[in-house]
Amino acid sequence: MRVRVEQTALPGIGVRHDLVMASGRRIGVVSHRSGRRDLVLYDQDDPDACIASLPLTDDEAEALADLLGASLMLGQLAGLRSQAAGLLTEQISIPAGSPWAHRRLGDTRARTRTGASIVAVLRDREVIASPAPSFAFQTGDVVVVVGTREGLDGVAAILAETEPDG
Amino acid sequence: MHDLSILLIELGTVLLGLSLLGRIGRRVGLSPIPLYLIAGLAFGEGGLLPLSASEEFIEVGAEMGVILLLVMLGLEYSAGELVGNLRSSAPAGLIDAVLNAVPGAAFALLMGWDWVAALVLAGITWVSSSGVIAKVLSDLGRLGNRETPVVLSVLVIEDLAMALYLPVLTAVLAGVSLAAGATSLVIAVATVVIVLLVAIRFGNAISAFIAADDAEALLLGVLGVTLLVSGMADKLQVSAAVGAFLVGIALSGPVAHHAVQLLTPLRDLFAAVFFVFFGLSTHPAEIPHVLLPALALAVLTMATKVLTGYLGAKRAGIALPGRFRAGLALMPRGEFSIVIAGLAVAAGVEPQLASLATAYVLITVITGPMLARIPDTEWFKAMLRRRTATVPAHPMPQTDTSL
Repeated sequence: MRVRVEQTALPGIGVRHDLVMASGRRIGVVSHRSGRRDLVLYDQDDPDACIASLPLTDDEAEALADLLGASLMLGQLAGLRSQAAGLLTEQISIPAGSPWAHRRLGDTRARTRTGASIVAVLRDREVIASPAPSFAFQTGDVVVVVGTREGLDGVAAILAETEPDG
Repeated sequence: MHDLSILLIELGTVLLGLSLLGRIGRRVGLSPIPLYLIAGLAFGEGGLLPLSASEEFIEVGAEMGVILLLVMLGLEYSAGELVGNLRSSAPAGLIDAVLNAVPGAAFALLMGWDWVAALVLAGITWVSSSGVIAKVLSDLGRLGNRETPVVLSVLVIEDLAMALYLPVLTAVLAGVSLAAGATSLVIAVATVVIVLLVAIRFGNAISAFIAADDAEALLLGVLGVTLLVSGMADKLQVSAAVGAFLVGIALSGPVAHHAVQLLTPLRDLFAAVFFVFFGLSTHPAEIPHVLLPALALAVLTMATKVLTGYLGAKRAGIALPGRFRAGLALMPRGEFSIVIAGLAVAAGVEPQLASLATAYVLITVITGPMLARIPDTEWFKAMLRRRTATVPAHPMPQTDTSL
């Protein structure tokens, strides 16, 4: 599943990396010497021309890379688990109004009750890996759970409970 | 003291005027180069507001401008990039040289000028303006385009070719004998080659010698080395500009990066002075006489540049729209053409040359960036689609074997 990334030198400016996606569209990044990066998207009718060139600051580029890289990591994790031991990964979100918002992870007693583990929480484009029991949820969090089918369903049920103390 | 006050007042007025022009230019999306040239015309002899006391100062400033323009150009490239480009893009560079230098030379001979003037005009029409074109590509959001490396490598080859052309021109302009000319040519070529080799091998060591951590020491160090080498190059008749260019190439890594940041404001100041100075040395009254020839030359050599870009992009496997984008982007001539013309004028070649070069650069540098937008217009795209529709079986660049 390696993607072929083409590198082209832009003398005096920097370097361009681009790749053709499975959909046939071409996408690339122009890295300037100054440290600026442009995300470029190529025209479908005229594959030599870019229709959009979006300058990204360092922070923006990093955030975007995290966002794209994180989902890749989780996808790989899911693939690995299901192959290895029949374990599955699921992402469960904490919606607005959920009773779990501002409550602690330890209160779910998820592992004791279902055998499934909460291995990560995605919050604001960041991955919080192996959160401690004292970790407090917020609305908008996405909880990443690893376990058997029943375990995952159990955690989903716990997080969906309206009365958390049940 | 009286002279000093006049000098300050004149310089202040000139710089303020340039700042105003630059601002206006940016608002309408125009490169400041033509505006500075026009300002120079206005301040020169026979202009609206001739300068009296500051001409000498401006002349020295202009020399500094050329040197800074060239050292910055060199800093943009690493020696590895230049040589790497040379291997892959030599054919495109050769097409570029033949298509664009020959019309200039032929034109000079048609005007009844001697072969020295022909050599000068060949250089003027040959070199595109790296500064203006890089700016245009970035403004039009084309840095990511697949034909852009073709355009950039043509510019690199031209810049490298200038490192050989300028010493030759300097020798010819100095009016030395054939033997002495050949000697200085050999010295020039050898110097350029040696510096390139040293820069590739020991670029890091040279850069390490000038530490990048202290801004003031770095600024003075880089400027000092540049002026020193330029001066020595000038003594060897290799041209000060080439010396500066080579210094720029030899520096790399963090030193180059910081030097660019430190020198950019200085370059902007002195380059502006240089363009004004060139405008100063042109008589506005002569412009109308050369306007028609300049226009003809501009139309001819802008067309040959389009062809250069078209062929270069075609070689790189770029489809039809990209070929036109590459060609139309290459049209503006700028700082280098003025540098060449400046050398010729200082040496007293053909009095009409300065005004012709001014008018020529004005035309190409103003209309070039405007024409570069044509391939983005709907009617142009529609026209290309109609054309490709009538010629079957070449939607993909690889399958296109017809011209």
